[in-house]
Amino acid sequence: MDIELLEIRQFMGQFPPFDGLSDELLDVIAERVEVSYFKTGSDILVLNEILNELCFIRSGAVEVYRRQGELYNRLGEGDIFGHFSLLRNHKVRFPAQAIEDTLIYFIPNDVFQRLCEEDDDFADFVELERPRLETVAEQQKKSNDMMVTRIRKLVTRYPVMVEASTTLQQVANQISEAQASAAIVIKQCSGNPRYSFQDSEGQTWRMEGIFTDSDFRTRVVAEGLSPQAAIGDVASSHLITIQSDASVYEAMLTMLRNNVHHLPVIYRQRPVGVVHLSDIIRYETHSGLYLVSNIFNQSSAQGLARLAPDVRAAFVRMVQEGANSQMVGSALSTIGRSFTRRLLELAEAELGPPPVPYCFMVNGSMARNEQSIVTDQDNALVLSDEFVPKQHDDYFYALAKFVSDGLDACGYTYCKGDIMATNAQWRQPLSVWKDYFEDWISNPTPKKLLQSSIFFDLDSIYGEDHFVETLQDLVAKRAAESPLFLAAMARNALNRTPPLGFFRTFVMEKDGKHNNSINLKRRGTAPMVDLIRIHALACGSKAQNTFQRLNDISQTQLLANGVSDKLSYAFEFLCMTRLRHQMIDIQEERMPDNNIEPENVEDSERHTLKDAFQVLSNAQKFLKFRYPMPAQRPRQ
Amino acid sequence: MLGIRPRQRVSQSDWASYMAQRRQQAKDDAIKRFFSTPLPASDTPISDVPMVALDMETTGLDEDRHAIVSIGVVPFTLDRIKLAERRYWVVKPTRPLAEASIAFHHITHSEVAEAPDLDIVLDELLEMLAGHLVVVHFRNIERPFLDAAIKARRGEGVMFPMIDTMSLEARLHRQTLWSRFRRWLGRPPVSIRLNASRERYGLPNYQGHHALIDALATAELLQAQIANHYRPDTPLKDLWC
Repeated sequence: MDIELLEIRQFMGQFPPFDGLSDELLDVIAERVEVSYFKTGSDILVLNEILNELCFIRSGAVEVYRRQGELYNRLGEGDIFGHFSLLRNHKVRFPAQAIEDTLIYFIPNDVFQRLCEEDDDFADFVELERPRLETVAEQQKKSNDMMVTRIRKLVTRYPVMVEASTTLQQVANQISEAQASAAIVIKQCSGNPRYSFQDSEGQTWRMEGIFTDSDFRTRVVAEGLSPQAAIGDVASSHLITIQSDASVYEAMLTMLRNNVHHLPVIYRQRPVGVVHLSDIIRYETHSGLYLVSNIFNQSSAQGLARLAPDVRAAFVRMVQEGANSQMVGSALSTIGRSFTRRLLELAEAELGPPPVPYCFMVNGSMARNEQSIVTDQDNALVLSDEFVPKQHDDYFYALAKFVSDGLDACGYTYCKGDIMATNAQWRQPLSVWKDYFEDWISNPTPKKLLQSSIFFDLDSIYGEDHFVETLQDLVAKRAAESPLFLAAMARNALNRTPPLGFFRTFVMEKDGKHNNSINLKRRGTAPMVDLIRIHALACGSKAQNTFQRLNDISQTQLLANGVSDKLSYAFEFLCMTRLRHQMIDIQEERMPDNNIEPENVEDSERHTLKDAFQVLSNAQKFLKFRYPMPAQRPRQ
Repeated sequence: MLGIRPRQRVSQSDWASYMAQRRQQAKDDAIKRFFSTPLPASDTPISDVPMVALDMETTGLDEDRHAIVSIGVVPFTLDRIKLAERRYWVVKPTRPLAEASIAFHHITHSEVAEAPDLDIVLDELLEMLAGHLVVVHFRNIERPFLDAAIKARRGEGVMFPMIDTMSLEARLHRQTLWSRFRRWLGRPPVSIRLNASRERYGLPNYQGHHALIDALATAELLQAQIANHYRPDTPLKDLWC
């Protein structure tokens, strides 16, 4: 390398995609650059001209336009442009103009092509949106072990299995001999019912339940049962299992959600082992597990509120350790659900059993399992139709208030839109809820739906799950057949749009204006959630989680090939960026919020964010076209 | 500036006859070839002129007492600076290198010790300059040093027209009525050194005092000057000297 070009080489080497190149390739570039100066206002690239060079901004600033003259991007020092044309027909697709006095380094096409061939990261960078988002999302996934390690890795021996007729004493002996802490209870059966499997002699067995050490305490000794009783009569028939190819992480979540400590691991219907909470903890020492069991151990709302700092600590740890947005989102939602559940248990303990059955419903991010650390509470009560307001409502108001106040104390602030069970409107029997949804879907107006769209993410958290399931079924069935409803939802989904990107330390809007910070929820993740929800409703999906919705959507013809993948990568990246910046806020002892400040945005993040915004923007355009307002009545 | 005065005065109208005369009289082959390659006519628009930016690092400021250490050359046009065609030579000075100038130019003793004499690279250098308009920042170093060094080796010196980006800058900042008024008020004059001039056009601050990087910097500066204060069809005669 000629020392005289060090200056150029070192400068270029600071910026992506050059920062990842080998020294040798950087030398090749520095050797071959051509330089030109452009005064403010002069054209650098003119539409449809032949282009044979990649442009690198050494100093100054450049605006790149779409063919129609719409601003596409504003670039500064260290940015590149022209690569789209080089990868296609070498005709300038996006004209470029200097908006400050600008010095451009031109990299000849043959060098550019060589870089693409010899360096995969460089090639990924200069390709259009998808690959870069994909690369980033994939890297995040790879970096997390817990997500890819299968639960079967933690299974070290066969489970203790006992026939239902075995006595408790015999079971206790068998468990002790095996140095296990649980036994699976099985019973001969015929046919092919749930949890049935065949042994090596062709005999069909059915898993009846699981019996654990603690069951001996709670179900046998405490109840004064005889050691000679048959285990089949005592064991819990409530069986929660996990498939052997599920990830360690999924197993952990299953335990958390169901508040169980043992999970039978199933391979092709056959139990192959039992994993205990401690197996997972041993495997993954840092996790929200302790936190959740702590939540269930609290005996008062004040005790729960004291756990709020632990939630933040668990969050920071997860993000630092490279968890992806789905892991963080569902872990935080699980924690939030646990708080809510425990508060309901405590409320019932204080107020007595409910006078009529009810279901505690959550909405918004908790229903989607996508909570972040900055969140408010969105909940409602779906009551049995036996509900008589005069007799029962005092109880349920008190219950709702207990939970809502408790959640607020735990850091889940009151909902500004009053989407809470304390609001009488959202504390209603199932039949009223059905009417609500029926009305929203049949007589939609964008204005009406602005308020209620949050209810289209709904999940049961406690009580009579089937109340909420009924509502989910109703929505899935009715929404898909109501073009007017979808159109109204689509119109609302376009209210919040992404910015164009970043320029130096500013957020740049589509009209070229600058802002100092950006609310990534309002301008990124929320509009993404909105638009994916509409597609999901249109295809009758009952999924609540955005990724699961995308999965359902991709099974249909709603979106062009590959679009749902693109959306998924973009959404993952937007979520992760938001989480990462919340982590920075917490670490720097600021209140975490949804804003990101451009100066905290890393170079590579800036480029990928721009791609993600672009994906969102394109998807919004498609939404408008896909769900048009049907002409209701002839024009007058 | 640092006590340097122009020592030779060549008025631009003389260039054609000077070049023709030297073509006839030159004895050295390389020098004869140099003067036989025609330069663009004085009314050629600057956008059509092939140029070459030249910078030299020297051991001092006086061509009689100091010597050339390195030479950087970058061919360019108003559109493009062709870095790939650059040349850079370190040459062995005929006089010992002072410690101060070693640090200054980032050239080491061993580099200099192994370097050839200017005479070895002279043919190549002249070939690169021939037919191109040479662009320098402050001609009163490059012109006398090169002339003296060639005269010492080949028995005859070489002079040629140049565009001096510093004097273009001086026209803007030193000779206007406004700048005279400023001087009358006792204000310090606007700096017309290379980096200060570049800054006015938004050009980046390069690590100076390397002959090649300074040649590149000079080429960029000329592009910026023409873009801001002249036109692509400005005739050469308005710019050279």
